[in-house]
Amino acid sequence: MARTSTLERSIGNFGAWLLGLPEQFGRFCLFSASAISYAPLELATRRGWTHLIPQAFAIGTQSVPVIMLTGAFVGMVLVAQGWGQFETAGLSDRLGVIVNISVASELGPVLAGVMLAGRVGGALTAELGTMNVTEQLLALRSMGCNPVRHLATPRFLACVLLAPILTLYADLLGAFGAWAVYAGYYSGESEPYWFYTRQAVEYWDLGAGLVKAFFFGGTIGLISCYKGFHCKSGAEGVGRACTDAFVISFIMILVLDFFLNLVINGLYEGLYGPRPLLF
Amino acid sequence: MEVGDPIIELRRVSKAFGRQRVLDDIDLKVECGKSTVIVGRSGTGKSVLLKHIVGLLRPDKGEVYFEGRRIDNLSERALTPMRQQISFVFQLNALFDSMSVAENVAFPMMEQRSGAVSKRKTRALSSHCLELVGLAGFENKRPAELSGGEKKRVALARAIAMDPAPKVILYDEPTAGLDPQRADVINKLIRHLQREVNVTGVVVTHDMRTATEVGDRLLMLWGGRFIADGAPEDVMGAKEKHVRRFVEGSAEPEDLKTLTA
Repeated sequence: MARTSTLERSIGNFGAWLLGLPEQFGRFCLFSASAISYAPLELATRRGWTHLIPQAFAIGTQSVPVIMLTGAFVGMVLVAQGWGQFETAGLSDRLGVIVNISVASELGPVLAGVMLAGRVGGALTAELGTMNVTEQLLALRSMGCNPVRHLATPRFLACVLLAPILTLYADLLGAFGAWAVYAGYYSGESEPYWFYTRQAVEYWDLGAGLVKAFFFGGTIGLISCYKGFHCKSGAEGVGRACTDAFVISFIMILVLDFFLNLVINGLYEGLYGPRPLLF
Repeated sequence: MEVGDPIIELRRVSKAFGRQRVLDDIDLKVECGKSTVIVGRSGTGKSVLLKHIVGLLRPDKGEVYFEGRRIDNLSERALTPMRQQISFVFQLNALFDSMSVAENVAFPMMEQRSGAVSKRKTRALSSHCLELVGLAGFENKRPAELSGGEKKRVALARAIAMDPAPKVILYDEPTAGLDPQRADVINKLIRHLQREVNVTGVVVTHDMRTATEVGDRLLMLWGGRFIADGAPEDVMGAKEKHVRRFVEGSAEPEDLKTLTA
């Protein structure tokens, strides 16, 4: 029998991986549809809330400090980066406009999403992956209990419902951090800073960020749970699933962000016409 | 269903994973009220067979029946009423880490939608089941705080904690990883539970002591088929070479060849 070279094996493995992609995607879609379909039922029952509240605590409450810290430093860095340019142009009191729009509509939701994917997504995958390899998911099925409804739906719901709230925290701390550096470190004047910010930043920007966060949260929840449910056996399998969950969530956040921007901007223009110039 | 009637039936069941054929045209009738033990080397498909009985795996070919009703073609939802009559003791115990011992034991009852078991009754029954397995007072401990033998006993308590009691308990390697003394406790417990709760048992093991102690009937799985079937003492004395070697615990010549190759 002819021996296969490393190159041939690599090409074969790549081909098998490529052919398996549609199947994986199909499985993910079925899993997601199943998890989402139980969401109304879980929200409507007391038992559903008893599953949801501990997840909301783990996913939401325990993420608040890290999200706030991220938001604050994002705002601070943006001011530190922009101050020189804006001051040279004599527009330093308009710095808040660009910083707060960026934080509310873009950086707040994206960075909160990335932090959520890292902190929560990894933990969800590890927890469910361990349950998978120690036969706990099989045990649930053997008791006539649907593991997707019992485990994935509450986690998905907690991610969907709490990602916008966490983003709001990131936005608030981002705005505060930016102002603190502007006024405290660069001694900028607060009154014109907030005046121009109020003029330019619309509720729409804040709403756009929260809508994005809603989708990012759902994506992180579904990907993390799917990877945990379908991880390979052993510590290596669980570890790989955690890495995959983070990487795929991160990529999906950026992809979704692009398409959601197109939709949200199109919607804005359809409703209010072209956006006025910021300066 | 009368004692001795076939409560579980597998008809010409085959199962393969990739190119590896694990079960090959298997026929099995499990009699109601009896304890059936299936032995075989590691990796011969004993656990796979057990998972077919409760619908966790579907056969590639063949049929599976529970109380005369075909179940291998049912949806997950349609399998639920049947699964609520069968308990499964997993090899790794499969206790839920996030719950206390009492919550683990009460879990199947809490999840029974149709059962409508009251909280007070659930608590009383789970305490009774923990007492039966000698773990009274362990209610508030977490699985991580228990030894291997204690975890196994909690898994047994969870298996019987149903209202009404399960009709069948499936045991997957109930003594694996335990020292001989703790294994003996588990064997006696299985026998005790069978007498006390009067359930049908299907035990999968490669421990011959467990097989002879808890079994009314003993089968040996080899190459995807049963090569021995009878009372434990008959199988123990069988002349078939693979059975002989397994009972004596001596290696197969082809396994030794791979060592010296």
